[in-house]
Formats: sequence, C-alpha cells, structure tokens
Amino acid sequence: MSMSPVEGVALAEIGAGGGADVPKEKGFVGRSPGQLAWIRLRRDRTAMVSGVLLIFFVLVALSAPLVELLYGIGPRDQFQGKLDGFGMPLGYAGGVSGDHFFGLEPGLGRDIFVRLVYGLRTSLLIAFAAAVITAVLGIVLGALAGFLGGWLDAVINWVTDLTLAMPFLIIALALTPTLTLRFYGEREAVSPAFGVAVLIAVFAMFGWTSTARLVRGQVIALREREFVEAARASGAGLGHMIFRQLLPNIWAPILVSFSLAVPQFITSEAALSFIGVGLTEETPSFGRMIYESLDYLQTDPAFVFFPGITIFALVFAFNLFGDALRDALDPKSSR
Amino acid sequence: MARFLIKRIFSAVLTLFAVSVLTFLMFFALPRDPVSGMCPKNCNPERLERVRQELGLRDPLVTQYAGYMKGIFTGRDLGSAQGGRCDAPCLGWSYVNNEAVLDTITRVLPVTLSIVIPAAILWLLLGVGLGMVSALRRGTWLDRAAIGFSLTGASLQLYFVGAVLLMIFVYNLRWLPVPSYTSVFDNPVKWASGLVLSWIALAFLFSAIYARLSRAQMLETLSEDFVRTARAKGLAKPAVYGRHALRAAITPVVTIAGLDVGAALGGTVITETTFGIQGLGRTAVEAVRAGDLPTIMATVLISAVFVVLANVLVDLLYAAIDPRVRLG
Amino acid sequence: MSARNAAQRSPAVANEGQAGMSASSAAPAVAGEPLLRVRGLSKHFPVRDGLRGGGLVRAVDGLDFDVRPGETLGLVGESGCGKTTTGRMLVRLLEPTAGTIEFAGRDITHAGRRELRPLRQDLQIIFQDPYASLNPRHTVGRIVAMPLQVNGINPPGGVKARVRELLELVGLNPEHYNRYPHEFSGGQRQRIGIARALALRPKLIVADEPVSALDVSIQAQVVNLLRDLQRDLGLAFVFIAHDLAVVRHFCQRVAVMYLGRIVEIGDRVDIYERPQHPYTRALLSAIPDVTKLGPAGRIRLTGDVPTPLNPPSGCRFRTRCWKAQDICATEEPALVPRDGGRQATACHFPESGPVGAGPDAHAVATGPGARGVGTGPGATAAGVEEVSK
Repeated sequence: MSMSPVEGVALAEIGAGGGADVPKEKGFVGRSPGQLAWIRLRRDRTAMVSGVLLIFFVLVALSAPLVELLYGIGPRDQFQGKLDGFGMPLGYAGGVSGDHFFGLEPGLGRDIFVRLVYGLRTSLLIAFAAAVITAVLGIVLGALAGFLGGWLDAVINWVTDLTLAMPFLIIALALTPTLTLRFYGEREAVSPAFGVAVLIAVFAMFGWTSTARLVRGQVIALREREFVEAARASGAGLGHMIFRQLLPNIWAPILVSFSLAVPQFITSEAALSFIGVGLTEETPSFGRMIYESLDYLQTDPAFVFFPGITIFALVFAFNLFGDALRDALDPKSSR
Repeated sequence: MARFLIKRIFSAVLTLFAVSVLTFLMFFALPRDPVSGMCPKNCNPERLERVRQELGLRDPLVTQYAGYMKGIFTGRDLGSAQGGRCDAPCLGWSYVNNEAVLDTITRVLPVTLSIVIPAAILWLLLGVGLGMVSALRRGTWLDRAAIGFSLTGASLQLYFVGAVLLMIFVYNLRWLPVPSYTSVFDNPVKWASGLVLSWIALAFLFSAIYARLSRAQMLETLSEDFVRTARAKGLAKPAVYGRHALRAAITPVVTIAGLDVGAALGGTVITETTFGIQGLGRTAVEAVRAGDLPTIMATVLISAVFVVLANVLVDLLYAAIDPRVRLG
Repeated sequence: MSARNAAQRSPAVANEGQAGMSASSAAPAVAGEPLLRVRGLSKHFPVRDGLRGGGLVRAVDGLDFDVRPGETLGLVGESGCGKTTTGRMLVRLLEPTAGTIEFAGRDITHAGRRELRPLRQDLQIIFQDPYASLNPRHTVGRIVAMPLQVNGINPPGGVKARVRELLELVGLNPEHYNRYPHEFSGGQRQRIGIARALALRPKLIVADEPVSALDVSIQAQVVNLLRDLQRDLGLAFVFIAHDLAVVRHFCQRVAVMYLGRIVEIGDRVDIYERPQHPYTRALLSAIPDVTKLGPAGRIRLTGDVPTPLNPPSGCRFRTRCWKAQDICATEEPALVPRDGGRQATACHFPESGPVGAGPDAHAVATGPGARGVGTGPGATAAGVEEVSK
C-alpha cells in the first residue's frame, strides 16, 4: 500500500474505495486546519489585494519578452537622440513620455520601463530560487537537528553560529569574483546565467540558518508529543516521523518565513548589486540601476525614483501578504 | 552558571577560530593570485615576486596561517618593506594603503561606532516606543498608523532612503553639509551634522522592524494570565503595563537588538557607501575590490568578533534572567 | 460487538479474575509461556545540575514481572513512581538502562528498528492524553491507517475497509474517517487512539493511563470498551493507572509500584482484599468509599515521596512507613511470595488480614479490626461498579 505525502492525495485514496457513500458524507466532511486558514485568508482584504498585486508582478516578470514586444523597445536599445549634450534625457521627469513610460537613463539613453520589467524578472527569479533552496536546506537541517538532537544538533547549531558570524556582504563581495574566476578566465565574458547562479548559491549558503532555527525549535516542541511516539511505537522510520508526522504541523510558520524570505532576498540582491557585486552590466537588475542612478541624484532624480519605487512596491506587497498569511495561519497572532 | 559561561566562551572561541580559517582559505587558497590584485596597475614582475616573498606566499598554507595568528597574539617581524616590527595585535601590512592594517582599523572603527551607536539608541527608542503604544492602543488610528509605518519601513531600501534624504536635506534644502566624519572630540556639532542623515536612515528602517517585533511581543504578553491576574487584583494600568508586561515583552527585543548591533558594528556597508563615509564597511568593500588581503582578513575578523561577542552577551543575559537556559 | 454490550456484561468480570488466573509471582515457573517477561528492568536518567555535575534519577529500578497471553496486569502507584517510564520501555520508546524484556520468547531489550518490526505488530501502546496523541493535521482515517502504512501492510479488502472496521470496533461512526481530530470529543479521540493501537492486531497493549484525562462518565465507557476488546480479541494488557477503582474493574493482576520498584504483585482479589504491603494498604485506604462517610480507616502517609535521585537505603518505603524498624534501613526486602505463593510482597513485616487495618489498628488487631469489617471488599466493589457504569 502506498500513501502519498500530500495530504489531499492520501484523503482521496482513503476515500476512493467507497464511491457509493460519497453523497452521504457531504454533511460530515471535515475541514482541515489548512482549509480553515485558506478561508480566513480569503476573507482578508489586505491579503487579497497584496496577493493580486504579487500575481501581477509575477506575470509581468514571466512575460517580460512579451512586454518588450508590445512596448516595442528592448532593454538594450539606446536612444541617444533623446538626450541633451550632457547625456541628460530631454523633457520632464527624466524624459517621461508616451514612448518611454518611466523615461530614459542618462548617459546611455536606455528605456527605464523595459529595463525594470527585465530587472523584475531577474530579481524574482533569484529571490524565489534562493528562498526555495534555503527553505529546503533549512527544513532538512533544522528537522534533523531538532529531532535527533545530540552531537548532530550541536554541530548544526555551531555551523549556524558560524554562518551568522561571517559578514555576509563582505564575504559575498569577495566570494562572487573568486567563484567566477574558478569557472571563467580573467578576461573571458561571464554569461549572465552564471552570474545569477552564483548569486543564488551565495544566498543559499548564508540564508538557510533562520529557517533551520525556526524548524529546529518547532520540531523540539513537537517531537515529544504522543502522536510522534505513537508512530515510533508502530515502527515508523525517521523519514515518516519527520515528513509525515512533524512537518504537516509546522508548515504554517515555514510558509510565513518563506513568504517573508522572498522580499529579503530581493533586497539583498539589490544591496549586492548596489555595492557592485553580482550581476554583470547587461543583466538588468534593480540594485544595479539604483547604484548607477545615485550619481545622478542631483541632476536626474527621476532615474533614482522609478527603480526605487518599483522595488519598494514589490517588497511592500510581499511583506503585506506575508503578514496576512501569518494572521490567517495563526488566528491568535496580532490584530 | 560558571559551567555555562565556560562552555559558551569555548564555543565562541571555536567559532572565531573557524571564521579565521575559513576567511584565510577563501582568500589564500582560491585560484586567483592574491598578489596580482594587490599591486597597482603598472606593476613589474620583479616587484610582484618581491611582494610574494615578503608576504610569505611561497610558504605552505599552514605556516602562513600560523604566522598570521602569531602576529595577532605576540606580534611578529614583517620585514623592512612592511614597516618592520609589528607589535601585537599585528594584523599585517597593507600594500594598497601602504600602512599597517591596525592603523587603518583604528582610523575607521570610530567612524562605524559613531554611526551605529547613536542610530541604535534612536531606533530602539523609536521602535520599541511605537510598538508598545500601538499594542496598548490596539485597533485605534494610532495603531494602524504605526503598522503602516513599520510595514513601509520594512519594505524600503536603505540606499533609496539615503538617496532621498540626501536629495532633500543636502542638495535641495541645503540644511546639512555633505555627510562626512569628524571626531566627536574635535567638534561635536560637526560630528553630529555630518552623520545625522545616516542615523536617521538606519533608525527609520530598523525602528520599523522593532516596532513590529515589540508590538507582537507586547500583545502576546498582554494576553497572558499573569497580566490579567495583575489587572484583576486591581493594579492600576500603568503599574501592570510598566512593571509587569513591559519587562516580559522587552526581553526578546533586547536579544535581537544585541545581535543586530553586533552585526552592524561589523560594518554598515550600505549606509557607508550611500553616504560616502569611510567606515569599517566601506574599507572592507574597497579592500575586497583591491584584493587587499590583510585588510580583508582584518575586517572580516573584527566583524566576526563583534557578532560573536554580541551572541555571548545575549546568551549570558538570557541565562541570568532565565535559569532554564543554563541546563538546556 | 461494541461498547454497548459491554456495559451489560460487566458484573461477570468480578469472578473472572479469580477463576482465570492461578498463582503468580515474580518467579517464572508457571504453566504456559508468558507473553511478556520482564527481568531487572531499570531506567536511570542522568541529570545535569550546574556545578555539581549531576546524578542519576533512578526512575525505574529493577522490575520483574510476567504477562501471559490474554492477561491484564495493572500497574499502579503514585505519580512519579515510574509507571509511565516502564510502559514506554516495554514498547521500546525508551531504551532500558538495565534488565531484559522478552516478548513472545524473544529478547527485545535492545532490538533495533528492523528486528522489532515483526514484533511491533504484536505490541502496541495507548496514550494518556487523547489531545496530544493524535496528529492534528491528519484525518482520522490516516491516523488509524498509520500503523498499516508504516509497516507496509495491505489488509484484505483494502486499508479503507480495515479502517472502517476498526472504527466500528471501537464504537465510532465509520463514516467519520475523513474528519479531523479537533472535531471529536476527548472520549471519541481516545477511541481513535485505541483503533490505531488495534490496527495491527496486537497481542499485548500497553495502556498508559488511558482514561485519566477523561471525564468520569466517559472513563467508564472507555474502560468497558477496553475490557470488551480484551475479552473478544484475547488481548493482553499492561494497564497503567493511578486510579485504583479503574484497575480493580479492569485488571486480573495488579502490581503496586513505589519509587521505581514493585512493592507488591498479585491477583486482583488478593491485592484488594488482603494487601500485605503497608504501602498497598495506604493506597487502598485512600479510595473514596461512597458507602461510608468520614475518615475512618484512612491511612494518612506523612511526608513526601523521597527523590529518586537519592532513594532511601534498604526498603524505599521505610521513610513513610509506620512499621519501619532498623532492618528496613539496612536490608532491602525481596519481592517474595508468602502464604502459599499467591501474591509477592517486598516487605520485612508484611501485613495480614483484610484491608482496613490502619496504622493505629495493626498493633491491636491481628484479625479483622473493628473498623475493617464495614469496609469489606463487597462494598468497595459495588462502589466501583457503580462508577464505571
């Protein structure tokens, strides 16, 4: 016999045997804690608004080439003709016009809007990938440390302390070029995809600790519970106890921490680009745009404004949604 | 308690040791020739070779590491090109800055301290105050405004806030000079006016996080039985909230504050870069860009020391408050 | 069969205990191989304590007992006497420090998970807290099917049919398998826990205070359910409880524990009617008796239970025993059968005669004391039966 780790599938399997009494059960069907949380989330206006906003951002990012097609301008197209003699965009607010929604970059004269759309794609890709990897790492390490305890717990705890003691920005700054040099020569062109992968790897290395701590604490709180002992008394293995008995009970805080980790990685990616590590010039990214824009703080404030506001809106939507999710999953918290 | 203390300090020393080994390996053992980045552009092969010799890069890694560690604890002789005798704590010689690394550090560390300490006081007062008020006035417009403030602050980028502040107060209104560092002992007014924007930027972002945190803590504490009991037995509101609830709610906040301040002392890279102030963080970034190994080692180690020290202090504080920690 | 029938049949049990079980003692040489044989079972927990380094809590310290197939053994004692630790060691949730546990002729004291696997099916546990023992994120169907799932068993007719069968067996509506634990009451939850324990068709169930977290009215239903199951499925039980009335109702044999040791073990009738150990007497006298008002016959133990970190020398009960003499401090009494071997007592000065002879009475009365008569076994039994219906 096999039961899927996914709750819904398991339910369906148990229910599959007796199709005849399905109608009879209608009145009985229980609501799982997850379903209850979903209902609460649906009723929360903030959650719905920020959720729709997030879906919009994700859709825009996914369809960046489509946006380019419709907009008619690529991220590398330059419009030198629309700049004045000093390389400043002509017109108001950094050259905002019907052709260029958010104006033009001073100097190169590239379109800010389409670069932001592509930057959004880069940021979201890095942030989601890093969040998924750190979540998986954190869950596995945290659950093992919490459940098994002993020397493994001590080692994982110590590695966590060590990771926290390393200054992230400086190490990332130093590690990124070193890693790149491992794969590329001094003067070789580095492919944009590689730059993205290195960033994700650096985030994964430093980001897993908070999830691991969270999961460890939760597992320690739950591991002495009798339902876990019941599974053990039935001969369940480590995998069953961690993944089927414990994890279903702690996915709520994990989900919340995941939803709050994504904006953190967006911020970190931008911060890294800001101090000049990470992505190459041709990969559009929020942090890089802001970093470049700071030189024009006095002469072209619009160039600072648009990327700043976009990244703010994105992170704000994520934070709002994360908060709402926390409230829905744990009705006791706040409000 | 003593046993706990010894254990904790032992683990902290072990962590610092591991950080030093890792950093050392990362920079010395990875493929890039550390010297090539360390020497100005028009550098002839002879000079490169000399630098290699002086740095001991021809020695086995273990010898190099042992020499570095010996320098920190007892001092060592670096040779005439590196300023000769280097007393403990010797952090090496920087070819890029052409001075002993220790001198660089003693110059830039006060800058970072001047940014972080006032900012931390500001963000704790503002953040905790706001969190407490919004927890006690839950559901009112004040609470909603505080939630809005903290969500906004938590979503803003330090460099963006910094840029906007610069734009308004320095370039447009011209109320403040371009940010710079002056020693507080030379001219306190100049010190404050040169750094106040960095304090505001840091405090704005951090206080948002602390407001959220302390509000949640306070709400949780207020719903606990001992607070209800205190209210039920007729204690006045200020007495209950001030004496009982606040103390229970603030402990986790203090923990996180300790860790945050520790991390910030290790270098406020973004703040320093945004405002163009030469502190520990910016020094580290420049050292990495220039491949200035001894300076990188020193900055990484110092920031690790701050983080580990903050960790130990927080743990001890906890152990003093809550005896269960000592046994666990 | 169901719990409803159980209530009608309950009066018969009183006799069954006497008829079914012959003499028993720590010594194994009895007809019929025991299902569970425990020898010298101990569990010591190290405690760290600041600077002083720490010591050992002797939670369980050298237990010997047997359980034969289909037999119910009650394990009673105050909280902290090591009952629960014993139960958890029996199902190998805790690793014994010393001693052996033999199950169906095989030594399982330190068996690994793989070796235990075939035995897991025969050895199950029911937990005390029906709220903590069911995974709140799983449906009842999943909870009850869990033992089948982890052991890779696919019963004839499918898992679902088996789960429904089990739910019906414990008196729950089989249509409820899609519900979540939070939708059930405490008594229903405990029934779910029982169904889960029964899923593998075990031969022995360790019931760790299965009813003490329930309302008194619900307790009786659950105990009756367990008794029906015991009878119909031929289950053996190690029934851990501090409620003597429930144990008397359910168990054929009773072992009384004090500070990690068994002080007395014997058939139910012997233990309840002719307890020999002073501690057993004190425990029994503490049962509230509805037929009698006032504190008559109540033996009040003075002082607290000593710490298992540093148990008293010799007899562990001597610090609170009104009969203690010098020998009790120097020599530990062995758990030996007396009076023809029907019950074993670890006491230098065992009592004789029926229950009711208290500390003040024992000096005077060797036979039934004046007060003892009124508190005869019949009256108490009636009281228990009353409660359990």
